[in-house]
Order: sequence, then structure tokens, then C-alpha cells
Amino acid sequence: MNWSQENCLICNHRYDPRAMGMGIRTRLLALRARIRRVAGFFMAALLYVCPPAPAGGFFIWGEMLLERILGRLLQTLVTLVGVSFLTFCLTYLAPGDPAMMLLEASDTIVSQETIEKTRHELGIDRPFLVQYVSWVGGVVTGDMGMSYSAKKPVTEKLLEGFAGTLTLAFVSIVFMLLISLPLGVWSATHRNRWPDYLVRVFSFIGVSMPSFWIGLILLYVFGLKLGLFPIASSTVTARGIVLPAVTLAIYMSSKYMRQVRTVVLEELHQDYVVGARARWLTERRILWRHVLPNAVLPLITLLGMSIGWLLGGVAVIEMVFSWPGIGNTAVHAIMMRDYPLIEGFVLWVAIIYTVINLLVDLSYARFDPRLRKEGSR
Amino acid sequence: MKLLQVFRENRLFAVYTALVLLVVFVAIFGNALAPQDPYAGDMKQVFQPPSAEHLLGTDKLGRDTFSRIICGTQVSLFMTICVVVLMSVLGGVIGITSGYFGGRVELVLMRFSDMMLSFPGVVLAIAIAGILGGSAVNTVLALFVVGWAKYARLVRSLVLKLRQQDYIAAARLSGTKTHRILLRHILPNVLPIIVITGAMDIGTMMMEIAGLSFLGFGAQAPTPEWGLMLNEGRQYIQTAPALMLYPGLAIFIVVAIFNLWGDSLRDVLDPRKDG
Repeated sequence: MNWSQENCLICNHRYDPRAMGMGIRTRLLALRARIRRVAGFFMAALLYVCPPAPAGGFFIWGEMLLERILGRLLQTLVTLVGVSFLTFCLTYLAPGDPAMMLLEASDTIVSQETIEKTRHELGIDRPFLVQYVSWVGGVVTGDMGMSYSAKKPVTEKLLEGFAGTLTLAFVSIVFMLLISLPLGVWSATHRNRWPDYLVRVFSFIGVSMPSFWIGLILLYVFGLKLGLFPIASSTVTARGIVLPAVTLAIYMSSKYMRQVRTVVLEELHQDYVVGARARWLTERRILWRHVLPNAVLPLITLLGMSIGWLLGGVAVIEMVFSWPGIGNTAVHAIMMRDYPLIEGFVLWVAIIYTVINLLVDLSYARFDPRLRKEGSR
Repeated sequence: MKLLQVFRENRLFAVYTALVLLVVFVAIFGNALAPQDPYAGDMKQVFQPPSAEHLLGTDKLGRDTFSRIICGTQVSLFMTICVVVLMSVLGGVIGITSGYFGGRVELVLMRFSDMMLSFPGVVLAIAIAGILGGSAVNTVLALFVVGWAKYARLVRSLVLKLRQQDYIAAARLSGTKTHRILLRHILPNVLPIIVITGAMDIGTMMMEIAGLSFLGFGAQAPTPEWGLMLNEGRQYIQTAPALMLYPGLAIFIVVAIFNLWGDSLRDVLDPRKDG
């Protein structure tokens, strides 16, 4: 967005001479600049990967970035270890003996000896810390143990569910953006007029309704009464995904709409908008070329968080629509007291969530020059 | 009366406060207000449509839906208040102490709260409530374990700023006892923020409690809890769709009232922000 070239003599705002329509010479200059920009595309790409150094040279910059990445990685690691430890503690303290459960499920008369033997086979007769360390050791090599109820490796079970969750997350994010971006911007540009009130009322209603209730109502109206969509989909189908995705989209966009509105309003109050208006740019141009590109940055963070939230499997929605996702797997695992699967699920969500957060943070720092400057202090 | 003046200046806030008080009133006296016993089933009268005797009909065991929803207010509200109060008190205490004293304990606590914050709480809450076994107490516990970190972070950041103020330095130099500084100078400055955050969290927590109960990890049958009632109604969605309508509507109305109240409370206590 860096095409403002000069400072205004009166108010010292940076402005773009091309926008003033200042005649052929300026336009030629601007054209030359544009050609140079196109030619310098690869240079720009290179600069994105490794932006110009702050005072102190490349060395300092590299060190700073490295430090930040390492710091964040360390924090991620701490989170993962902490969360996994917490879950492991819980399953250890939880009532009920998995060995008993497993044997009772197979409908045989069990002797104390068999129980002891099963406990030994499951490895739950060892001390707590030994169990935890051996579990972590397995996780690092990609082995999260065997699921008691499904008699399958936990990793396999999680991957099965993840396909459904990933599809659902993707579709509902698209729906959510389609709803919330236009409405949020619309409400911000018409602040305190009827579109704004309308959007705010809608978002308020959406925020106050439990998501699973929205789901149930949609299920009843469109699934049962109108028969447009299947009421339960045990496999991933195009028709089956519509209702859960719309439910999630409605629920999320009622929050996201507000955030879009706030961010756009904030940008609309910046000095550069006043400057742009003073330069007689059309409102539409100000919105599309100046305000929206600036508003994208804060929205990326929010989007990243909701992607993490969705990929964690929205258990309630997946259960309402019997969607074959990871959240559904988890709920069943909890009901069956399938501890390895529960532990695997929580750790899996933790990994997904923290990794996405890490990526968002790093990309944010990368694309926002202000943060780079701050970091180099 | 200062309170009366506040209400006179903020008419909307007064209206919302009245609505909140109404909900609280229904919650406290729900058992007396309910026309029938919410637990008394009558197998001759299952799935009745609304009538003069049963205002909203009856459920699968012939229990009066209207009475169950009225009594459900108490269960939901009590659980929610427990969660919010626990979170804000513990979060506040940890935030103030770690912000004011610092040191090694602070480091550990803040790392811990970082951990909680960089993780979707609902997942952990489901896991905790599910593993410990579904019950109202475990639901409260799970949401509290997951939620306190936000308050601790918020309060700590405020206290770190407050600690730099001159009047704190003056109080310390004049030999004021530490606990007195905390109670008389720090706490009054932090309290409004805690109250605002807590008030705005009531609606969210209520929905999360309902969600956990809906999954079967919260309050257990035959408690008249709204999320649980939705779960029961869901199984009869074809034969008696009204059963899943009313509890959801109850959640919606109460959550909406608390959200409106929380927003206007923020405007009253913290007038800087505008919508």
C-alpha cells in the first residue's frame, strides 16, 4: 500500500500525487514506478522473507526474529506439556478402572487374576510418572496408544475424525466470512443509522442464542419439516454439511460481525481517512483502497483463533447433526471412558490450536511493519 | 441516594437491572411460583399439548414443562453465579498478588495462565467434566479451572500499571501496611473491571453450562436444567418438537437479559468507551 509519495504542505499528511490528477508528468512518473514495482516483484518477495534491517543491521534483526520464534516455540512447548500433563492427571484420578470396563464390555466372567493381567497389558499398573513419560515418548514418535473402545490406534481414530472436522471448519469459515464481512462493513459505514441497528440487533440475538439450539431449530425446520437436508449424516456429504456449517456460521458471524464493525470503525476514525477525504477521494475508494487493507490485519488474528476453535471439533454441533468429526469422537470417548483417546484428543487440539496461533503471530509480525519496529526497540 | 441517581441518569440500565432482578426473583422463588411439582411425573399424561392445566404441555414422563423451566432458572443461575464468582475472586486474588509482588510465584502462575489462555477452554472443560463424571459440581469446577486465567491476566496487567502510580509510592513511603495498600488503594481501582468482566461473562457461562449439560456432562436427570431438557427434547424432535423449543427460548431470554445488563453496566462504570 505504499504509494503515497509526498507530504501535504499544509497539513503534512502524506498523499499520492496520482490521486490528485496532477497532469501528464506525474502520471508518467507514477507509471514508471509501477513498472518498476512489477519488475521488482521478486525483490519485494525477498524483502518480505527478510525485511530491511532496523538500525543495527541484518544481524540484529535476524537475532531478534530468532529470539521471538524461539520464545514462542518454548511457550508452545510449555503449553503442550502442561495441557497433556493436566489431562493425564485427570484420567489417572478419574473414577472407574479401564481394565474392568474393558473386560465387562466383553461379557465374560472376570477373575481378579484376569483383571491384574489386563491392567498389566494396558500398562496401568505402573507408577504414574512412568506412565506419563512412556506416553509422551510414544506421542513424540506418533504413537498415542490404543483406543480401548475401538481397539484401534488413537492416531488413526483421530485422523478419521479430523477429515470431517476439517471439511466442516473450512465450509463454515467460508459461510461465516460471506455473512459477517459485508454486514460488518455495512454497519460500520452506516454507523448509527438503520443498517447499523439492524446488524447490531441480529448480532445480539445471535450471541445470546446457544449454538446447539440454533442447530436444533434449523434441523427441525429444514431437515424435518421441509426435508431439504438430511437430519443426520454419518459420512461427509455435500448436502449433509450445509446445516452444521450454516449453524456454525450464524453463531460465529454474530461475534465476528461486531469485531469487523469495531475494526473498520477504528480505521475510519484514523487521520489518514480525514486526509483522504480532504483530497476528495470518493468514499468507496477510501473504503476499498485504504480502510479495508488496514482492517485486514487485526481480523487475521481473530480468524486464526476461530480456525483453531473449529478444528478442535465443535463437539456440541457435531453431536446435534451426528457429524463424523473429531468432537463427536471425543464425546463418545468420554462416554466410553476411553482414556487414551481422550488424552490423544486433548493433546491433538492443543497442538492444532497452539500451532495455528504461532503461525498467526508470526505472520502478523511479518505483515505489520509497526510491530517490527516495536520489536526492534 | 447515589444509586437512585445512577438509575435516573441511565434509564436503560435501570430497566435492565429490573429485568435481572426479575430473573433472580424467579430463580429464588421458582419452587413456590411453579404451578406444579417439576419432578412429579404422570405416565397417563405424556407429551400433552399446552392446556390450561399444563401451560406449555408435558414431557416424556408427563411432567409439567412450564414448572420445569421455571425451576430450571434456579439451577442454571446458581451454577453460573458460582462459576463467575469463583473465577473472579480467585483470578482477582492471583492477579493482584502476582502483579504487586512479582517474583517466582508470579512467573509460575502466569505461565500457567498463559497455558490456559492459549488453549480452547471448552475442550478442556468437556474433558474435565466428562472424565470426572457428569454432575453440576463438576461442571462448575471444570468451567472455573478453565476460566480463571483470563481474570488473573487482566487484573495483573492493571495492577502492574497501578503500582507505578505516585500515590502508591506515597502510601508506601508513609509506612502504610502492605495489606492496607492492597485493600484500600489497589482493590477499589481493580474492582470495577472485575465486576464488568464478570457481568459480561454471565451470559457466556450460562450457555457453556447448558452446552455441557446438553452433551450429558453437566447436571444429570431428573434435575430441571435447560441444557439437559434440550437434550431430552432432542430425542423427541419428531413427535414433540415443542419440548426443544421452550428450554432454548428460556436460555435465550435469560442470556439476552444478562448480556444487555452487562453491556449497560460497562457503560455506567466505564463511560469512556462508546459503542
